Amino acid sequence: MYDKEKIIPGLIIFFFVLTFPFWYNLGQAAYKTPEPKLPVNVKKCIEDTKWMRANHMEMLNEWRDMVVRHDMTHYVNSAGKNYEISLQKTCMKCHTSKKEFCDKCHVKVSVSPYCWDCHVAPEEVTNGQ
Amino acid sequence: MDNKRRKILKIAAATAAVSFTGLPIETFASYLPKIGKYVKSDKEKKAKQWGMVIDTRKFKTKEDFEKVIEACHSIHNVPEDIPNKKQEIKWIWEEEFTHAFPDQENPFLAERYEHKDVIVLCNHCQHPPCVRVCPTKATFKREDGIVMMDFHRCIGCRYCMAACPYGSRSFNFRDPAPFVKDKNPKFPTRMRGVVEKCLFCYERLEEGKQPACVEASNGAIIFGDILDPNSEIRKVLRENYTIVRKPELGTEPCVFYII
Amino acid sequence: MLDKAFYGDKKYWSWVIFLLILIGIGSIAYITQLKNGLMVTGMGRDVSWGFYIAQFTYFVGVAASAVMVVIPLYLHNYKKYEQIVTFAEFMAVASVIICLCFIIVDLGQPQRLFNVLLHPTPNSILFYDMIVLNGYLLLNILISWNNLHADYRRVPHPKWTKVLAYISIPWAVSIHTVTAFLYQGLPGRHFWLTAIMAARFLASAFCAGPAILVLLLLILKKVTKFDPGKEAIQTLAKTITYAMCVNVFLFLTEVFTSFYSNIPGHKATFIYLFKGLQGHGALVGWMWVMVITAIACLVILIPPKFRNNPELLVVGLILLILATWIDKGLGLVVGGFIPNPFEKVVEYSPTIYELLIAMMVYSIGLLVLTILWKIGVGVKRELGIIPKQN
Repeated sequence: MYDKEKIIPGLIIFFFVLTFPFWYNLGQAAYKTPEPKLPVNVKKCIEDTKWMRANHMEMLNEWRDMVVRHDMTHYVNSAGKNYEISLQKTCMKCHTSKKEFCDKCHVKVSVSPYCWDCHVAPEEVTNGQ
Repeated sequence: MDNKRRKILKIAAATAAVSFTGLPIETFASYLPKIGKYVKSDKEKKAKQWGMVIDTRKFKTKEDFEKVIEACHSIHNVPEDIPNKKQEIKWIWEEEFTHAFPDQENPFLAERYEHKDVIVLCNHCQHPPCVRVCPTKATFKREDGIVMMDFHRCIGCRYCMAACPYGSRSFNFRDPAPFVKDKNPKFPTRMRGVVEKCLFCYERLEEGKQPACVEASNGAIIFGDILDPNSEIRKVLRENYTIVRKPELGTEPCVFYII
Repeated sequence: MLDKAFYGDKKYWSWVIFLLILIGIGSIAYITQLKNGLMVTGMGRDVSWGFYIAQFTYFVGVAASAVMVVIPLYLHNYKKYEQIVTFAEFMAVASVIICLCFIIVDLGQPQRLFNVLLHPTPNSILFYDMIVLNGYLLLNILISWNNLHADYRRVPHPKWTKVLAYISIPWAVSIHTVTAFLYQGLPGRHFWLTAIMAARFLASAFCAGPAILVLLLLILKKVTKFDPGKEAIQTLAKTITYAMCVNVFLFLTEVFTSFYSNIPGHKATFIYLFKGLQGHGALVGWMWVMVITAIACLVILIPPKFRNNPELLVVGLILLILATWIDKGLGLVVGGFIPNPFEKVVEYSPTIYELLIAMMVYSIGLLVLTILWKIGVGVKRELGIIPKQN
């Protein structure tokens, strides 16, 4: 093999970088499913909880376009109940804390949706007044 | 496995086909399993083209202006006291008559008009140049004539600001949130890098209410459907001589002024 | 063929590293802008486009100017341009990249850039600008790269690149026309609302672009011994002279229309630019420099005796580039926003961040140009067109 003294160290470095996440996490606590704080006095979300867990991001995307672009201000769920489409007025009425609900999972899985760059989290208001 | 891949390919092909038709993607079956449905608010006020008449004679004191501006800016989380005056955000504000209506200026204008202040805001034009130039449909005209902003879609190119002949648009040069006092929890703020302006209180019209400035003006601002001959606003327009800002540009503003 | 970019002498590598350092410094400024928003710029609600968009406009012109070499070569079989056409096309590639970078750094939400593709909006001129600019970039990459590669392999140029070269001629005109349409179709901006805007843009492009090309070719001649040919340079200088005359003529017709008609809105920006308005006149000095350099460069370029003198030609071209840059890269965009829709004067001047970021974009363009020209020189040296180095 030509350039053996360059290729082999190169391969070793490449392998190390490739497997870095495993090295880095070695000895750290195992992943635990986050437990967001669920509302106490309301039992049912607008759709089935399991469905919401899997699809809330798509649903929020669709809500956003419907209300901003198509003037569809209300959502009738599969059980026929009517809700106003609003993150701040409807979702956060029951889920009263961004920190205890949204952030619980989002932080754990390192996603940072930009909803709260504009939308006012409940915490911001109670702190301010 | 194969089935799933085929489904994904189908969705991709459909998405591509839809984007060529130019129709909004959400009018076709979307990625979301359809379980609920969307309806309009039953309280919503409807119109073909919302419009406004501003009776400048009724704006006399400083308070007359302030309460109208305050009513709008407080509920819409409009930031105040941005340190760089050049980069401030305005939805509705006062401007001298000769500056709001530069084509009405003449060297012998009666003194009471020369330094008279008038309220200015987005004109919600019938032919809005901002909508014409927007490359992403982030600003668009609603069915009821409101020139709407989709803050989620705006890329911040500021072409609309170059196109607007009324200076009605503001750009968030910085994160506005720290400059919003007492945030209204029922309305969002904005993020840096997007354009914003007056939206004719579409969110209040949905609840069957009048725009905030109209409510706060004690009858100095009249709001209604200018394409409905039987509306109150048409009555006011029939009975008074009104002018609009820069009519020669063909934008057809929907905010009228009684001088 | 790409490997030619990796074999260079010390001078080449220090130049590349120098550019990389400039890009590095500029990118720190750009990261600051990304983090804080466009508040770090001098722009505001009145002058909402500034240095970035002005530079974008100027470099669209530089990109389009490759056609001044392509037309004589492909339509009139002017063989003297055979050796420089690759360099002209490579310069077009680098210029379009500069343009695209200036658009990106100007956006408030650059990560949403692809909304333009996701929600195509054919009523917006920016939509067409995206199509023509990217199309022009692709055309020039395909034509120049494949022709050079054919040279490299010592085979005749493929037929299809010739077809693309024909297409690129009207396409070059389209990029600057569409860019002019961005401005000239807006109601209420009197300074821009003129039907000759597109024509003016093309005239200034066809003098400024080839002028930059000639200067760069002369530098290349010094550095690599590549001889563009005396006749090629002189013919380009003639093109530049004609285009500059048309450019000045069109500018004067604007001045005539504004002042003979005496319409205040049409006069206002000219008065602001050349005399100052409502006590503001930040650009007055610059604009008079433009007038003087424009006249001076024509004095040098028009008489053949001066123009054919290599040293004087360089001076003339530098003056010409300065004049057109002040006109288009400074006065045109900023001036269009002054006075504002309320007929008030709110001035603009770029901040250090804007200048550093612009430096980054220029350096990116220069780096692309350096690498592409290095490859071009490498191939031509192998073919014996450029004498081998000792």
